[in-house]
Amino acid sequence: MATMTGAKMVVQALKEHGVEVVFGYPGGAVLPIYDEIFQQNDIRHILVRHEQGAIHMAEGYARSTGKVGVALVTSGPGATNAVTGLTDALLDSIPILVISGQVPTFMIGTDGFQEADTVGITRPCTKMNWLVKDTANLAATIHEAFHVAFSGRPGPVLIDIPKDVQFANATYVPKAEARPSHYAPRVRGDADQITRLVEMIEQAERPVFYTGGGVVNSGPRASALLRELVAETDFPITSTLMGLGSYPASGKNWLGMLGMHGLYEANLAMHGCDLMINVGARFDDRITGRIKDFSPGSKKVHIDIDPSSINKVIHVDVGIVGDITLVLEEVLKQWRARGSKTAKPALKTWWAQVNAWRAVKCLTYKGSTKTIKPQHALERLEALTKGHDRYITTEVGQHQMWAAQFLGFEDPNRWMTSGGLGTMGYGLPASIGVQIAHPDALVINVAGEASWLMNMQEMGTAMQFRAPVKQFILNNERLGMVRQWQELLHGERYSHSWSESLPDFVKLAEAFGCKGIRIDDPADLDEAILEMIRYPGPVIFDCRVEKHENCFPMIPSGKPHNEMLLGDADTQGVIGSKGAVLV
Amino acid sequence: MNALNIKKGSSSHSAYELRDPNGDLIESHTLAVLVANESGVLARVIGLFSGRGYNIESLTVAEVDHEGHRSRITVVTRGGPAVIAQIKAQLERMVVVHEVHDLTAEGPAVQRELALFKVRGKGETRVEAMQLAEIFRAKVVDSTLESFVFELTGTPEKIDAFADLMRPLGLAEIARTGVAALSRGV
Repeated sequence: MATMTGAKMVVQALKEHGVEVVFGYPGGAVLPIYDEIFQQNDIRHILVRHEQGAIHMAEGYARSTGKVGVALVTSGPGATNAVTGLTDALLDSIPILVISGQVPTFMIGTDGFQEADTVGITRPCTKMNWLVKDTANLAATIHEAFHVAFSGRPGPVLIDIPKDVQFANATYVPKAEARPSHYAPRVRGDADQITRLVEMIEQAERPVFYTGGGVVNSGPRASALLRELVAETDFPITSTLMGLGSYPASGKNWLGMLGMHGLYEANLAMHGCDLMINVGARFDDRITGRIKDFSPGSKKVHIDIDPSSINKVIHVDVGIVGDITLVLEEVLKQWRARGSKTAKPALKTWWAQVNAWRAVKCLTYKGSTKTIKPQHALERLEALTKGHDRYITTEVGQHQMWAAQFLGFEDPNRWMTSGGLGTMGYGLPASIGVQIAHPDALVINVAGEASWLMNMQEMGTAMQFRAPVKQFILNNERLGMVRQWQELLHGERYSHSWSESLPDFVKLAEAFGCKGIRIDDPADLDEAILEMIRYPGPVIFDCRVEKHENCFPMIPSGKPHNEMLLGDADTQGVIGSKGAVLV
Repeated sequence: MNALNIKKGSSSHSAYELRDPNGDLIESHTLAVLVANESGVLARVIGLFSGRGYNIESLTVAEVDHEGHRSRITVVTRGGPAVIAQIKAQLERMVVVHEVHDLTAEGPAVQRELALFKVRGKGETRVEAMQLAEIFRAKVVDSTLESFVFELTGTPEKIDAFADLMRPLGLAEIARTGVAALSRGV
C-alpha cells in the first residue's frame, strides 16, 4: 500500500470516487491540497469568486448529474462562507462534500489566524462532519463521507483537515480495504405496508399522487417507475417545487405544482382527495397551509427514505420507509400480481371534478402590449427553448414561482432551485455548476434582479471557465415577493423592498466580458430570447418587466387549500390576522 | 388592498403556527442512545435537542464499550407522544447513532441516579439530618463537626424527596449525576 501525504490522499481519494470537478477557492490552510491539484490533470478545478458560489455550484452539479458535488475551501472565512450553501443542501437533501482546510492541530484552540471552529459551526448544517486529526484516518474518512452523503436521505458532509495533517505522510487505504461503514439506512419498504397501499389504490375514489424531491434523489429509475404507476392507475399527480420533472409536464395526468403558489387544480385535488399518496415529499409548510384543515377527508400514505419525515408534521395512515425506486418496484409488482384494478366509475367522476378545476385556468393573467408581463416572458422562454437540451436554475422569489408555474419539465434533474432554505443568490452559481457538468446544454438561470446581485461576482467564474450560462433576469426593480406580502399583509407599507441604484446590466455584462441584452417592449421579446440562445457565451438578459405584478394563485398563510386566491381576485379581508404571523 | 390591519408595535408575531403540544399528554421518557465514541458526537446529539426545541431533563454520558468505541447517552426528555416519536426518529437517523431505546415505552426499566448532599448544621438539626439519612439509606462519605456529605442512590424522585427534607436542615450544596437506566428482565 502506498505511503503519501494527506494532501495527496485527498486528491487520490477524490479520483477513486470518480470525482471529475472540484469547485473551490484556495487559502493558506489548503495550500498543500492545491499543490497536489496543480500536479495532476484528472480532476478539474473551477476557481470561484466566493465560497458560497462554490457550494451552490457543487449543488447544481450534484442535482443535475445525480453524483456527489465536491467543493474545497480554506479555513476560517472560507469555511464560514460555505455555511449558507451547506444549509441549503441540507434542507433540499443534495449530496455534496465540502473539504475545508484548518489551522495545524497544535494551533487548534489558540485563535490562530483564519481559525474557526468549523466542525462546530457546521454541525447543525451538515448530515455529518469530521475533523481529521491523523493522516492515517484521512482516506477512510473521505470514503465514509461519500458513503454518508449519498446513502439514505442524501445531504451535505464536511471534512475539516488541519494543515499539518495535509503535510504528514501515512498509508493510503483504498475504499475496498476500508472498514465498512455501520451507516446503512433502510432502503426496502415493508411488504405488508406496501400491500396496504395497493389495497388503498384499488379502493380509492378520489386519489392523488403528491410527489417530491425524493423521487429525483432516488434516481431516474424512480421517475420511470412513477410514470408507470401513474399510467396504470390513471390517478392525477401533482408535485412539490423540488419534485418537478419526475412526472412530465406534458403527461395527461399532470396537475401542475401544488402549494402556496401551486395550481388551483393541484391544491383542490389535495384538499378534496380520499387517498393521498406522498412519494418522497415532506409535508412542508408551503404545501400544507393550515395543518388542521389540510386534506381533511383523506387517508394518507407516505413513502420516504427518512423515518423522521413520517408523522413529523402530518399524521399518516400508512408510512413506508424505503428508497422510492425499491418501494415503487414492489408496489408495481404487487399491484400487477393482484390484477391491477381501480374503482373506475368513481375515478371517472373524480376526473370530471379535476377537469372542472382545471377549466378555471388559474394561471390566467392580464396581458399587456406596453409592458412585459413576467408570466409572458416565461411563456415565451418556454416556447423558444422547448426543443433544447435545457436545464433551468432559479433564484428565490416571485420569478421562481412563475418559473415553476410556466416552464414545463419533462425529466428529472433538469430543474435546480433552492426550495427548503429559499436562498437568494443560489441560481447563478448553480447554473455554472450545471453548465460545467453539461457543457453543451442550454443552461438558463431564471432570476430576479435582487437575488441575482447577491452572487453576481460568479459571472467572473462563468467567463473564466467558458460556461455559457444565460442569466434571464426578470427585472422589476423590486424585491417582488417581499413587496407582494407587504401589499397584502402589511398595509402597502413597502419597507425597503425596492432596488434603487441598480447597475446597468448591459454595461455590467460588458465589464465581465460577456453579452448584455436589455428589453422592455413585449414586441422585442422573442427576438431577444433567440439572440440570447444563439450567443455562444454567457449572457446577462435584463428583461424589464411589470413592476407590481403579483404572483397568483396564492394560498395566504394560515389558510387551507380551498381558500386560495386567484389571479386579480379581490384580496380584501382574505387573510386572517393569524395568517400574518406566518412567513 | 389593505387586507389586514395589524396594529403597529404588535408583538405577538411568531414565525410559524405553533404545534399543539398535545396538551396534557406530555410525559417524561427515558431514552438510551448508543453512539460511536468519537469527538463531537455528544455535541451533535445535544444540538439536535436544542436545535429542534426538545427538552432535556437529565443527561448522562459515558463510554460503555472501550473496544467497540461505544458510549451510552441516557437522556430524560419530555413531550407528547408525537414529539417523543419524532425525537426517537431524529436520533435514529443520525449517522453517529447506533441504537435508540425508549426505555419508558419499551417496558419496565430501572432508573438510578447518584447524588451528593452537603448539609451544614449543629446540635439537633445535625442529629435529625443523620436520622433521615439512615431512613433513606444514604451513606455518610464525609463529615466534620459542623457538616455531612451524604451519598444517596435512587430514583430521581427519591433524590428530590431527600433534598426537600434536607433543605430546612442546612442543605448547602447538591451534586447529581443524572439518570442511568436499563430495561428490566433479560
